[in-house]
Amino acid sequence: MEYVMLLGSTVLVNNIVLAKFLGLCPLMGVSNKLSSAVGMGIATAFVLTLSAFSGWLIETWVLVPLNIEFLRILCFILIIAAIVQFTELVMRKLSPVLHRSLGIFLPLITTNCAVLGVALLNVREKHDLAQSLVYGLGCAIGFTLVMIIFAGIRERLAIADVPETFAGTPVGLVTAGLLSLVFMGFSGML
Amino acid sequence: MFTATLVLTALGFSLGGLLGYAAKLISVGEENSVSDEIEAMLPGSQCGQCGFPGCRPAAEAIASGEADVTCCPPGGRSLVESLADLLGIDINSIGATAAPMLARIDESLCTGCTRCYKVCPTDAIVGATKQIHAVINRACTGCSKCLDACPEDCISLSPEAVDLNSWHWPKPQLV
Amino acid sequence: MFGFSRIRGGVHPESHKEDSAGKPIVTDLPLPKRLYLPLFQQAGAMALPLVKPGDKVLKGQQLAITGEGLSANLHAPTSGTIIGVEEIIAPHPSGLNSAAIVLESDGEDRWMELPDESDPFQRSPEELASEVERAGIVGLGGAIFPSAIKLRQGRRFEIKTLIINGGECEPYLTTDDQLMRERAAEVVEGARLIQHIIEAYETVIGIEDNKPEAIAAMREAAAPYGKVRVEVVPALYPMGSAKQLIKAITGLEVPAGGRSNDLGVLVHNVATAYAIQQTLRYGKPLISRVLTLAGGSLNEARNVEALFGTPIQHLIDHCGGISSQPARLVMGGPMMGQQLPAATVPVMKGTSGVLALTQKEVNDKTPSNCIRCSRCVQVCPMGLVPLEMAKHAKADNFEEASSYGLRDCILCGSCSYVCPSRIPLVNYFEYAKGEMKQRRVAEHKLAYTQQLTARRSERVEREAEAKRAAKAAKKKRAKAPKAEAASTPEPATTSDTAEKES
Repeated sequence: MEYVMLLGSTVLVNNIVLAKFLGLCPLMGVSNKLSSAVGMGIATAFVLTLSAFSGWLIETWVLVPLNIEFLRILCFILIIAAIVQFTELVMRKLSPVLHRSLGIFLPLITTNCAVLGVALLNVREKHDLAQSLVYGLGCAIGFTLVMIIFAGIRERLAIADVPETFAGTPVGLVTAGLLSLVFMGFSGML
Repeated sequence: MFTATLVLTALGFSLGGLLGYAAKLISVGEENSVSDEIEAMLPGSQCGQCGFPGCRPAAEAIASGEADVTCCPPGGRSLVESLADLLGIDINSIGATAAPMLARIDESLCTGCTRCYKVCPTDAIVGATKQIHAVINRACTGCSKCLDACPEDCISLSPEAVDLNSWHWPKPQLV
Repeated sequence: MFGFSRIRGGVHPESHKEDSAGKPIVTDLPLPKRLYLPLFQQAGAMALPLVKPGDKVLKGQQLAITGEGLSANLHAPTSGTIIGVEEIIAPHPSGLNSAAIVLESDGEDRWMELPDESDPFQRSPEELASEVERAGIVGLGGAIFPSAIKLRQGRRFEIKTLIINGGECEPYLTTDDQLMRERAAEVVEGARLIQHIIEAYETVIGIEDNKPEAIAAMREAAAPYGKVRVEVVPALYPMGSAKQLIKAITGLEVPAGGRSNDLGVLVHNVATAYAIQQTLRYGKPLISRVLTLAGGSLNEARNVEALFGTPIQHLIDHCGGISSQPARLVMGGPMMGQQLPAATVPVMKGTSGVLALTQKEVNDKTPSNCIRCSRCVQVCPMGLVPLEMAKHAKADNFEEASSYGLRDCILCGSCSYVCPSRIPLVNYFEYAKGEMKQRRVAEHKLAYTQQLTARRSERVEREAEAKRAAKAAKKKRAKAPKAEAASTPEPATTSDTAEKES
C-alpha cells in the first residue's frame, strides 16, 4: 500500500514536471507531434527509472562507505550520461526514424534536470532501494503522461486560431501553466 | 582526495567499457535503414536535379539531413510530404515546392534526331529517326535531361496545364 | 417509415419549389442558332469527337465516342452542320475553357432514321445495357456517372431493391417533380426496364412528401405492376442523396468506403429512368433534358425541356427573361450547385437547373470564428464532425481530416447552411478533397515513372550485355581459322533504339 501511495503521489500529486517544474525543456521542445512525444516520454522514462535505481546503488555502496558524498552530482551525471548513451544505441537500432526525429533532444536527456533531480531527491528523502525504484518509476510515468497530454493539446493548438503574437511557444507556455494548475487539483488527494 | 579520484576514474572506465561492449553488441550495421526507405520513395530516374549524382546518394543526404526534403523536383509535393512524415519534420515549416514540370517539344523545330528519347530515364518521349518526337505527359517527370540533349533547343519545360479534370477548389479565403 | 425521418441530421432549407412546380414543362423552345456540346459532360474521361468541320448531321446522330475508361457517347441534339471543335468557357466553376463540338442548326430539326418501336422487355438485359451505353446516358441526378456501367455493375451483384430516386431535395428544383407528374407512365416503364436489366427483386420509387401530385401520379402509373411501389419519404435535405434515400427506404446504411451494391441496393434517378425508357422504347439517344430555371432574378420560374448545348442565355431569354441582373448564376441547386462563369455556357447532361439568384438570395456574409456550437455535427447526414474536419483542412492536415471521415463527406453543404458563424465548411472539404485527389494522382504518377525507370535500366543493361556478347563473339571469330569464320552467321546486332513501351 505504501508503494501504491508513493507511486500515485509521484505520478499525479507531485508530478515531476507540473508540480516540481523539472524537465520543462523536452516538454516544450519535443511536444509538437504526439508520436515523437511518446517516443521521448518512453526514452526519458527508461533513463529516469534506471538512473534512480543505479543512483541509489552508487550512493549506498560507493559514496557513503567511502565518505565522498560531495562527489554525488558528478557521479550521478556520469551514470546518467552512460545510460542515455545506451538508450540512444538501443533506439537507433530499434527505430531509426524516431531516433532521427528526436534528434538533439535524445542526447539532451542527460541534461534533463528531472533525471538528475529524481536521483538527488531519492537521496534527500532517504528512500530505500524499493522506494527509490518506485519513486523513479512514478516520476517516469508522470513525465510520460504529461508529455502525451501536452503533445495532444499542442497538436490541437496548432490548428486553432491563435492570435499571431501568441502563436507557437507563448501559447504553449500558457497552456503548460494551465495544465500545471489542473495538476494542482490533485494535491490533497492522497 | 585519492579515493575520490580513484572512484571517479574507476566509474568512468567501467561505464565506458560497458558502453563500448553494448555498442558492439547492438551495432546498427549497414548505416541505417532510413536511407533505404527514402531511396524507395524517390523517383529513381537518377536525373540529378537535386545536385547529387543519383537517387541513392540523394537518399543518403536526405537521411543524414544534408539535403532538404524538397530537393527532388520530379517527386512533387506528395513526395515532400511523405518524406517529411517519415523524418518527423513539421510540414508547415517547409516552404512551397515547385510545381511539377512537363517537357514539351516544339514540333516546328524538332528534326527527329532521336537524341532526346535516348536520354529520357522514363521512356516518356516517343518518336523515330526523322520523325517528330512527342512527350507522353503521363510518364514525364520533368527531369530536364532531354533539354540538354536536344541540339535544336526545341524542348521546353512548362508546368502541367490545369484542365477541368485536374482543377479543384482553392482554399477558402481566410477571415 | 411514415411520418418520421430515419436518416441522420439533415436540414430544412426554404424550398422555393412553389415558384416552378405545377407549371407544365416548356417543350416548344425555339431552336438556338448554335449548340455547344462540351466533350466533358460525364464523370471520367473526355469523349472523342467523330465528326469534322462541315459535316452535316441529323438529330440523334453520334458526334463523339466514349473516351478511354469511364466516359460516354455524345449525340447531335438537332440536325445541322458541324462548325468544329472549339474551346469555349466550360459550365464549370473554374471558369476554364473546355473543348466543345459546335453545331449550327439548320432549323429543320430532322431526326435520323429511328428504329421501329419495339418491346424492350423481349430483349436480353445485356443487349439493353449496351443500348443504354450507345445512347450516352449518364446519371441525370447530378453525378453524371455513365448509366450503362452502373447497370452492368448491378448485374454482377444480387440486387434486391432498385430505388428510383425522386427525392429532389434541393430548393428551387422541380424537374423530377414535374417529370413524374407529367410523364409518370414513362418513368415507371423506365424503372421497370432498369429492374429488368439488373434483375432486381423489387423497385421502390422514393418520393419526398412535399410532392403530393407526383406521388399520386406515380402511384397511379405503378398500380398495375406488383413489383413497383411508391414509397413516401419525409422532405428533408439531403434526402435526394443516394445514401440517405437508401437509409430512409431500406433502413440499411452504406458502410464507409463501401457501395450500395454490397447491400443489394441500386439507385437511379427519375430523370435517368425516363431517359432509359426513351432510348429502349423509341431508340432515341440522350439529347435533351428537363431542367428548372428559377431564382429571384427571373421574371418567371419554369421547367424547360432543353437540348444539350443550348446556351443558358437562350433559355432565359425565351422563358420570360430576367427582371434584375442576377448576382450569381448557379448550375444545379443552391446547396450543391456550382457557380457558372457566364450566361453563355451551354446546358449539359448534368444540368438539373439554372438559378439566377439575387444578392439577397446569395446571402454572402463574411465568416467569423468557430464558436464550437456543434450545429454542423447535428445536421451532418453522414454523422461526421465538420468543425474538426474543416480545422484540419484549413491547416492543410489532410491525413488528419481523413481520419475524421472526410472521404465519406458527400459535400451536401448542410453544415455550411446552418453554421451561425457562416464558415464555408463545405468549401474547405471541396478544397481538401481536391488536394487529396491531386496527391493521389501524383503518387500514381510517381509509382508509374519508377516502374518505367526500372524497366528502362533493365533494358539498357540487357542491351549492354548483348553488345558485350557480340563483341566477345567477334573476337573469338577473329582468332578462329578463316574458313570457319566465313561460315559462322553474323551475330545478332542490337538496335540502340530498341523496343519502347508506350
